Amino acid sequence: MMEEKHVFSILVDNEPGVLSRIAGLFSGRGFNIESLCVAETTDPLISRITLVTTGAPPIIEQIEKQLNKLINVIKVHDLTGKEFVHREMALIKVVAKAEHRAEILRTVDIFRCKVVDVGREHYTLEATGDEGKINAILSLLKPIGIKEIARTGIIALFRDPK
Amino acid sequence: MKLTGAQIMLKVLKEEGVDTIFGYPGGVVIDIYDELAKSDIRHILVRQEACAVHAADGYARAGNRVGVCLATSGPGATNTVTGIASAYMDSIPVVIFTGQVPTHLIGNDAFQEVDTVGITRPCTKHNYLVKRTEDLARVIKEAFYLAASGRPGPVLIDIPKDVSVNAIDYKAPKKVKLKTYNPTYNPNIKQVNKVVELIKKATNPVILSGGGVILSNASKELTQLARNTQTPVTSTLMGLGGFPASDPLWLGMIGMHGTYRANMSTGECDLLIGIGVRFDDRVTGRIDAFAPNAKIVHIDIDPTSIRKNIPVTAPVVGDCKVTLTLLNKLLKKEDLGDLKKKRKKWFAQIADWKSTAPLAYNQGDAVIKPQFVVEKLYELTKGDAIITTEVGQNQMWAAQYYHFDKPNRFITSGGLGCMGFGLPAAIGAQLACPDKLVVDVAGDGSIQMNIQEMATAVQCGLPVKVVILNNGYLGMVRQWQQLFFDKRYSETCLEHAPDFVKLAEAYGAVGLRATKPEEVVPILKEGLFSKDTVIMDFVVEKEECVYPMVPAGAAVTEMLLT
Repeated sequence: MMEEKHVFSILVDNEPGVLSRIAGLFSGRGFNIESLCVAETTDPLISRITLVTTGAPPIIEQIEKQLNKLINVIKVHDLTGKEFVHREMALIKVVAKAEHRAEILRTVDIFRCKVVDVGREHYTLEATGDEGKINAILSLLKPIGIKEIARTGIIALFRDPK
Repeated sequence: MKLTGAQIMLKVLKEEGVDTIFGYPGGVVIDIYDELAKSDIRHILVRQEACAVHAADGYARAGNRVGVCLATSGPGATNTVTGIASAYMDSIPVVIFTGQVPTHLIGNDAFQEVDTVGITRPCTKHNYLVKRTEDLARVIKEAFYLAASGRPGPVLIDIPKDVSVNAIDYKAPKKVKLKTYNPTYNPNIKQVNKVVELIKKATNPVILSGGGVILSNASKELTQLARNTQTPVTSTLMGLGGFPASDPLWLGMIGMHGTYRANMSTGECDLLIGIGVRFDDRVTGRIDAFAPNAKIVHIDIDPTSIRKNIPVTAPVVGDCKVTLTLLNKLLKKEDLGDLKKKRKKWFAQIADWKSTAPLAYNQGDAVIKPQFVVEKLYELTKGDAIITTEVGQNQMWAAQYYHFDKPNRFITSGGLGCMGFGLPAAIGAQLACPDKLVVDVAGDGSIQMNIQEMATAVQCGLPVKVVILNNGYLGMVRQWQQLFFDKRYSETCLEHAPDFVKLAEAYGAVGLRATKPEEVVPILKEGLFSKDTVIMDFVVEKEECVYPMVPAGAAVTEMLLT
């Protein structure tokens, strides 16, 4: 069976140990976590976890059921196949020697990134977009020299009817 | 009213109807033990903490209620893990209390500190670290509710020392309400109607009943379904007793050591109705060859059990008892046709399988066959004893040759397969059912895993009986080595064993031994009908194997018969 990528949006009790219950479930049952984002919602008692995973359809079904079985999990949404918006942010520290600075700034312009830190030898860029866009930026900057990157993994929400 | 955490704990336990706790004291639970001494809740002092959980497990199963146990922090807590994992795999409602170092020391590698909640997270239904005395009553109430409802399971509560010592103004907690936990008891009627249609169409149906039938008290409803629809019944190890073994529709146990007719019938059936089962690998054998011609119905309260291992035609999420009651009601309105005629070929086929390869052994004059001991045990107890087992050959022979007509009579570590389970579980079962005869069918290997519990049994005046099928080997592994590893008996021969008769006596129990076939019945009679704790040591055929056997990775219909 074909492996599929799925984005789960999970509402959980905002309590110590909840993340480790989720992470433990994935490692204990041999499921994948590609990325994971956790933060409080407007209700401080509830957190939202956005989790990206891959697996064949029966595995995805198990993941959803197993998540629902955890006592601290309030709601599980599988966003895949539905209308949703998703974004990822990356901070990219690029080597910025004099001869490359103009090119880097052009790239920043094209991709609507921001320069958030400047040094004599580097720029740190903030890029936001879907995974494809982040990957495109990285592939353009790679030949110039990327010193470090930090990516958030994706966050996502359903699109409500207009 | 000011109450300490320990006082609150005992107060709530009383309210939950707890009358017995299995445990072992230690530094951080000393305040709880001090309150226990003043309470009328009975405390059973086990000799190792895993046994506190096993005993609570046996108590829960035999008595059909939540088992409770208590251990100290650190090594006390880590020792409980084996017992918790066993209860978790078999979905047994147990609440485990562990002590923890004081909250201000947590994370400091304090004396006897271990991250109990971290360690037990994957083997509990849920667990709690209680950080404030104010939360204790609510957490205990939640734990009992979680343990017993839905698919039952163990729930652990870790209590730091200061939480049990601090006194607070006690307010009774409200009724438990968990917004995120809402097990599905009532099945979707559309799905149940689908099952009705499948049953109407089937000519060769089989019911596979599991531990869920016993946990939800659905034996009566299962029996009614089977009889009304003339559907033969097999069961998993955990399901034994859910359907009466004396009924003509009974096929015997399924799986790796299932009967020939039970396993063959899954190969040939056109409808398989799984009820309260999870289609574990020891049941299904090779997955793609399991019930290849059958439509499969799967009824279970836990949605994760459904389609975890096998594809299903009609999944039904619901409590076994509720679902079967509804199913029986719907079937009553249906015309199932002339079932006698419809099943004639199917029953003839099953009868044929039964005569081809019945469960059998050959008892000669010289050496005791282990199966013979279990068969005589069955006859002498008229099938009405509570049987606990250890794990391995003893467990399989008990499952094959002791025939259970009623639920909650067979208590075994099915999922985890935990050696050393039987004796503490027997202690728990005996406490839950003081008037019943409780027998632990053991091997000479397994019994040594928790033999120290003899002291517990004798101290509490519990007349549990231990039947050791003593072959001098770790028999099941030896059997695999004989069949699949050219008889290289790597580390399975227990060359030195204690004298179990003397050992029984050393514990203040009665020890008996039989070495010849003609001694089996007299020794069983003497031991079983004694008022004391008794070990009966049966020196049996050393290299007897459990048959039928489905080799690992084979289809369940591919059995070794001898």
